[in-house]
Amino acid sequence: MTLWWIGDVLLLAVILPVVVYLLKGVLDAARSIVPSVRTVAAAAQAGSRDLDAVPLLLTTQAQVKQTVEVVAGYGGSLDAILDDAS
Amino acid sequence: MPAAGVVMIVAVVLIVLALVYYLVSTIFALRQITASLDDATAGVGEIIEKSAPVAEVVTDINTNLDAGVDLLEGLLVKKAGLEDAMGLVEGLYPGAAAQGLRNFPDSRTITPPRISEVYTKGTLTLARLGREAPIAATSPAGPVLRNVEGGSLDARSLYPETRQTRPEKLARSPVIGTDAPVQYEPSEQRGGTTPDEAEVREKGPWAETAAEGIVPAELGGSDAPREMLAEDRQLGSSVLGESTASEQPATESGIDPSAGDEADATSDGGPEPPEGAEPDLKDAGAAPRQVDADDGS
Repeated sequence: MTLWWIGDVLLLAVILPVVVYLLKGVLDAARSIVPSVRTVAAAAQAGSRDLDAVPLLLTTQAQVKQTVEVVAGYGGSLDAILDDAS
Repeated sequence: MPAAGVVMIVAVVLIVLALVYYLVSTIFALRQITASLDDATAGVGEIIEKSAPVAEVVTDINTNLDAGVDLLEGLLVKKAGLEDAMGLVEGLYPGAAAQGLRNFPDSRTITPPRISEVYTKGTLTLARLGREAPIAATSPAGPVLRNVEGGSLDARSLYPETRQTRPEKLARSPVIGTDAPVQYEPSEQRGGTTPDEAEVREKGPWAETAAEGIVPAELGGSDAPREMLAEDRQLGSSVLGESTASEQPATESGIDPSAGDEADATSDGGPEPPEGAEPDLKDAGAAPRQVDADDGS
């Protein structure tokens, strides 16, 4: 009978608090991850929206090419009408 | 059942309840994490997809811009020379010459001449066009280096002016008046050329009169002594006119004497009437004036 009471005491005074403590730590860690992950998801979506202007780079690419062609034509004309320095 | 057994059962039940509560809560938290990670993964996937062509496009843009920079730098140095090029860059963008030109490492060690302080914009343009002037070769405090006498010759050749096709030295315009190299007496000639012997033979005796002068000086011509002239004579030879002493026409193309041979007053004269217009005959029936009638009789 005495062993029964000793077992009861161990269960209630040691094992139960230890189990509760460990489980609460796991739960707190899991809950603390949730807002961080939500922040990451929001940042990823915002970054994706920022990149919506990327297709405009194709327009920039074409305009830069045209500009350089105009500069080349202008420079070629200057090369034809102006004397060289030496 | 003994009381100790009941207490143990209660303790075990409490432990199980604690396990259930915390584990279920953990499961819900992990599910929230999974859902958020799915959103984050989708966003990152979009980022990767959208940014995939960026590197290629930006590389192409940079390549084109590099070609443009190379072209402009090369053209500037070719036309102005490295030293003057740095002076031009420094004049346009003060402090930029210290960075030098990308394709010309020596440009960083050059002290840029102060072109903008020595030459005005117009002078610099002319000098650049004609390459006539050393640009700021020395201190701006020194004498002007531009060749002011021959400086415009090359620049003038840039204009499409027909004078460039002419002989290098054209005959000068005839000098008339009291400073003319050849002086003719007014009684000998008022206009045109003095007929020589061949012209006199060709035109007849009347030309001799022109050769001798209309009114000789001894008979009171305009070049007679002042005491022989009328008292009211106030005009001198300088305003009565003199010969230019030159056969060269005053205009570039001269006068075409054949143009008068083809003139026809009946066809070339008067305004162009509109087609189908009736002639103005309102005075056709009027009697002639007395003067005209007397002349006709």
